[in-house]
Amino acid sequence: MNRQKCEVLSAKRWGVYHSITLVAPEIAEEARPGQFVQVAMPPGRDFLLRRPFSIHQASRTGGWAGTLEIAFTAVGPGTEWLTTVEAHDSLDVVGPLGRPFPLPRAPTNCLLIGGGYGAAPLYFLGQDLRAKGSRVDMIVGAKTQERVFKPVEAKRLSVSVSTTTEDGSLGERGNVTDVLPGMMARCESKVVYACGPNGMLRAVAEYCSEQGIPSQVAVEELMACGMGVCWTCVVPVVHRDGRGWSYERSCYEGPVFSGARVWWEKWLGGRSTPVQTPPEGFRLEEMTAEGVGTWPPG
Amino acid sequence: MAARVSLRTNLAGIQLPTPVLAASGTFGSGRELAGMVDLREVGGIVTKSVTPRPVKGMPTPRMAETPSGMLNAIGLQNPGVEAFVEKDGPFIEQAGVPVIVSIAGRSVQEFAEVAVMVSKIRGVVGIEANISCPNVERRGEVFARDPVAAADVLSTVTRMTHLPVLAKLTADVTDIVEVAQAVVRAGAHGLSLINTLLGMAIDVDAFRPRLGGVTGGLSGPAIRAVAVRCVYEVSQALPDVPIIGIGGVVDARSAVEFLLAGATAVAVGTANYFDPHATVEIARGIGEFLAAKGMSTPEDLRGRLVTPSRPQEPVYLGG
Repeated sequence: MNRQKCEVLSAKRWGVYHSITLVAPEIAEEARPGQFVQVAMPPGRDFLLRRPFSIHQASRTGGWAGTLEIAFTAVGPGTEWLTTVEAHDSLDVVGPLGRPFPLPRAPTNCLLIGGGYGAAPLYFLGQDLRAKGSRVDMIVGAKTQERVFKPVEAKRLSVSVSTTTEDGSLGERGNVTDVLPGMMARCESKVVYACGPNGMLRAVAEYCSEQGIPSQVAVEELMACGMGVCWTCVVPVVHRDGRGWSYERSCYEGPVFSGARVWWEKWLGGRSTPVQTPPEGFRLEEMTAEGVGTWPPG
Repeated sequence: MAARVSLRTNLAGIQLPTPVLAASGTFGSGRELAGMVDLREVGGIVTKSVTPRPVKGMPTPRMAETPSGMLNAIGLQNPGVEAFVEKDGPFIEQAGVPVIVSIAGRSVQEFAEVAVMVSKIRGVVGIEANISCPNVERRGEVFARDPVAAADVLSTVTRMTHLPVLAKLTADVTDIVEVAQAVVRAGAHGLSLINTLLGMAIDVDAFRPRLGGVTGGLSGPAIRAVAVRCVYEVSQALPDVPIIGIGGVVDARSAVEFLLAGATAVAVGTANYFDPHATVEIARGIGEFLAAKGMSTPEDLRGRLVTPSRPQEPVYLGG
């Protein structure tokens, strides 16, 4: 974890997405796919907290060595301000933060699933997986065509790509989960990596659990510090031994978690299909109001 | 020629290298940040609150950014005092920074239990009794809302430890001076003023509260003026009691505001989240401020506030 004043090398825009490339040698050197950075906001405004961005690209070698790229859409005052940042401006960046995507020990068939700008870290991951000899296939989904994140690069990176949009403006009409079973069978995927809206991650993780395929998902939860001290960005995670659960920090123990260990029902509400078994040692009184009624089933 | 500035501070017998501490819940025990911040330059760390048994905490979302501040509703998530002693104890012993352990509990007995256990950790220089966390299930558990309940906790905790004990109070009361006087009579060696203020924010598109816990604690510059007022009122009433001023300290000038109001030290909270070096930089800034004023210690600021000799009569327009 480093804190650096980083010069903006370039600020670009493609479709609804903005991207900023930073000169950040210390952070880029350590960065692994799935990790993120915290970008400080300008002083003298009424929004104070840093904004977290997953690392879209980090170049450790070659002509762009020591650079880092983040991608985002303008959704609030912080990201609105970031769209005004120009080349040669300076940003205060802390990173790399969090647990990266674990890579398979031996080369295997990997399916990468991205929703909206959530696809951003998957390109960095795909390069690492390919460099280590794994096969990469991708599903890239979004609401509409202009929100599909870099479909051309997805093709360049993967053996096969399936694109979905909710309105059918690009690729298949529907969600990534509609094409997931077909892709998994066709590509003989042995591990699934996903990043995107939490509801999408849940659907992917639950399907993978049903199929007995390991999934690794990068979650998103509201975060104040990003450095492991504020305990706001937590996600309910079942302990490794299956006995009990705890709220784990998406900035420290995450943002990448095993999809099978995230307790989706507790976190996002509703009921899972198949119904998740609550961890052993679980007591009903531990449920908060929003969870009561989802367990026990029926 | 300005005198040489020394930032060394004596807070209720606790020797601090600078008067700028990290506030409870914003710095862990220092372990997570030790790789990035040189802890020897931090005035002191008040740990995240520790309870007798593990606490899972509140559902998410636990955070909502608000104008010049933020709301949080963590609900005192912590691994319990046993795990704390085991995991954070060895770190605290060699951290090279004074550590004050914040303790919390649902009863006087629970506070006592934690106080005894954490007092055994070498390197712990004091205890802060967090009797004012707003994110508890029952409002009755906010001891600091009742002078009698607050005094009960402090009289027990001070008997259970050889360490100096600070009482962390809330401004969500009618008269904070009354509570301060009660805990000092009960044996508190100092006061931490103030905890977060109870607040709420609503997502108007979703028609829902923005926090999983519905209400939460407001922090940051948004609450600074309230905190400065509390420090001022309490220090006027109890001039000999050391106070840590807390609430929206983000730079040297906001820290000096608290020192002028009567605080002996300040603690940085929310600012640690966006500026992990805030405690270090603010201490340096206080040194520069003192040098520019020809002063040599933060103590020189105490009692230097110039106020009207008697309160102004209210002016009624058209009266």
